[in-house]
Amino acid sequence: MRMIKAIAAFAALAIVAACSSEQAPPPANAQVTPGSIADFKQNVGDRVYFDTDMSSIREDGRATLAKQAEWLKKYTNYPILIEGKCDERGTREYNLALGERRANAVRQYLVAQGVPADRVKTISYGKERPEVVGSDEGAWARNRVGITALQ
Amino acid sequence: MMIPRHLRTVLCAVALATMIAPVAQAQLTIDINRPNFEPVPIAIVDFQGDPMGGQIAGVIRNNLQNSGLFRSIAPGSFIEPNLGANAQPRFPDWRNIGATGLVVGSATNVGGQIKVDFRLWDVVGSKQLTGLSFTSQPSNWRRLGHIISDAIYKAVTGEEGYFDTRVAYVSETGPLNNRTKRIAIMDQDGANNRYITDGATIALTPRFSPTLQEIVYMAYGDTKGSPPRVYLQNVDSNRKELLGNFPGMSFAPRFSPDGSKVAMSLSQDGRTNLYEMDVRGRGQRRLTSSPAIDTSPSYSNDGTQIVFNSDRGGSQQLYVMGAGGGGERRISFGEGRYATPVWSPRGDYIAFTKITGGSFGIGVMKPDGSGERMLASGFLVEGPTWAPNGRVLMYFTQQPNSGGRAGSVALHSVDITGRFDRVVPTPTDASDPAWSPLIPQ
Repeated sequence: MRMIKAIAAFAALAIVAACSSEQAPPPANAQVTPGSIADFKQNVGDRVYFDTDMSSIREDGRATLAKQAEWLKKYTNYPILIEGKCDERGTREYNLALGERRANAVRQYLVAQGVPADRVKTISYGKERPEVVGSDEGAWARNRVGITALQ
Repeated sequence: MMIPRHLRTVLCAVALATMIAPVAQAQLTIDINRPNFEPVPIAIVDFQGDPMGGQIAGVIRNNLQNSGLFRSIAPGSFIEPNLGANAQPRFPDWRNIGATGLVVGSATNVGGQIKVDFRLWDVVGSKQLTGLSFTSQPSNWRRLGHIISDAIYKAVTGEEGYFDTRVAYVSETGPLNNRTKRIAIMDQDGANNRYITDGATIALTPRFSPTLQEIVYMAYGDTKGSPPRVYLQNVDSNRKELLGNFPGMSFAPRFSPDGSKVAMSLSQDGRTNLYEMDVRGRGQRRLTSSPAIDTSPSYSNDGTQIVFNSDRGGSQQLYVMGAGGGGERRISFGEGRYATPVWSPRGDYIAFTKITGGSFGIGVMKPDGSGERMLASGFLVEGPTWAPNGRVLMYFTQQPNSGGRAGSVALHSVDITGRFDRVVPTPTDASDPAWSPLIPQ
């Protein structure tokens, strides 16, 4: 069990590392299989960010979600789980609801772009599973997030 | 009322005869609603007889000292260190060491049962304030210490005590991005800590039933992507039931004062509304219908109203409505966001978390929203819960995370004046305290 947790923690760190370069263009020598989860994360971007206490999709998020929808309509074999998360600057119960609202905003956007509604589920982690461990605006901005997780 | 087996005491309490007639007006009184006072110096002598008597006195010293109302005088300075329950104190000797109050007792093993007598003396008035005799199983010695502490607190303040209680909370371990959060229960003073959930999934927001043998809490499901739900769990048998069969995420549960109902939030399609469940009959009712976030419901002490947190007006504020829903009215109007309202068990205040700029605070206001007063503040403070007497609260604090490491998370208690704030020790980092009612004797 301890071993499994350690691996899970390592995996989470790896995702954070991926996320920090996610806005940059993919490296020229990227060797990922088209249609793989790695392809989705690296060449599409698996997450959008939110403003404080907001759940509306920002301009930069719209571009990401448009690319996500295009990719997801091409590769239809993955069940999709949208994870809504919040920074630590809110109360626990309110943030659970806010995370759900964020996840739902991402889901609605993808469905409006033609991704079948029955493929897309949502879950909120509130402020319980931050992507970045920190207590500054940089960390909080990365934790106000909707992640399109492929399974 | 059913009492959990491990709390059953076969407790027998009788008043001890007053040893001397009152000779002066009592001096040993504390008004716990008055904001400025010095802790009252009190001498608590090891109870004489059975060695358990010293341990019982230790529990009482710790409780009274931690209340902030008393200062426990070090036993090393006592001139009469072997004074028992049935001897006349030499009051000048106790005045000499600065004592205002004096607690003496005796513990005797009688046929496998422990018999404990104690008296509280007003040293200045040379007068007995209270005296009681208890008989119980020896394994209940800590509870006897708490019950005696409550009797002393009541004799001095006129308010019910809160020492014979327990606290449920969320035990937190591990790195922040893969944190284990499990429900734990301990005595109010930190003793007898044990775990209710196994930590396999995140469990949050425990709340006690008024009957003490059950708690409700929220937990994530075992499979990834299964939404959080509300569970009702017997803390003695560990029998667990799903409460409510809702399609989305259900969370933020809280019992009605009679324990027959649980109010909670249900999130679906970006909307979060309040529902009420019958604990036994399993009937369910919708209480709010708004496109906003309605959460953190808390019943009034008489069960007729519910205070809750909503952002329907654009930012998080507190609203009160009838317990069956309807008639919602906003009660918080200060600067900032308001959250986690909790109605006092005596009905005179609503405690809340307030977020103003970069700071969090714990405060109280009257149920009509007037008289707002802050009791504590910090980088992140959250989640007040009331002691059964409505004059002390617990909440939790989180320090800032730094260098990729989680800031420490700890329980605090604070009195209604905000004057005496202290850390409540726990074996691990701890959040979401839930204070139990007094344990039935």
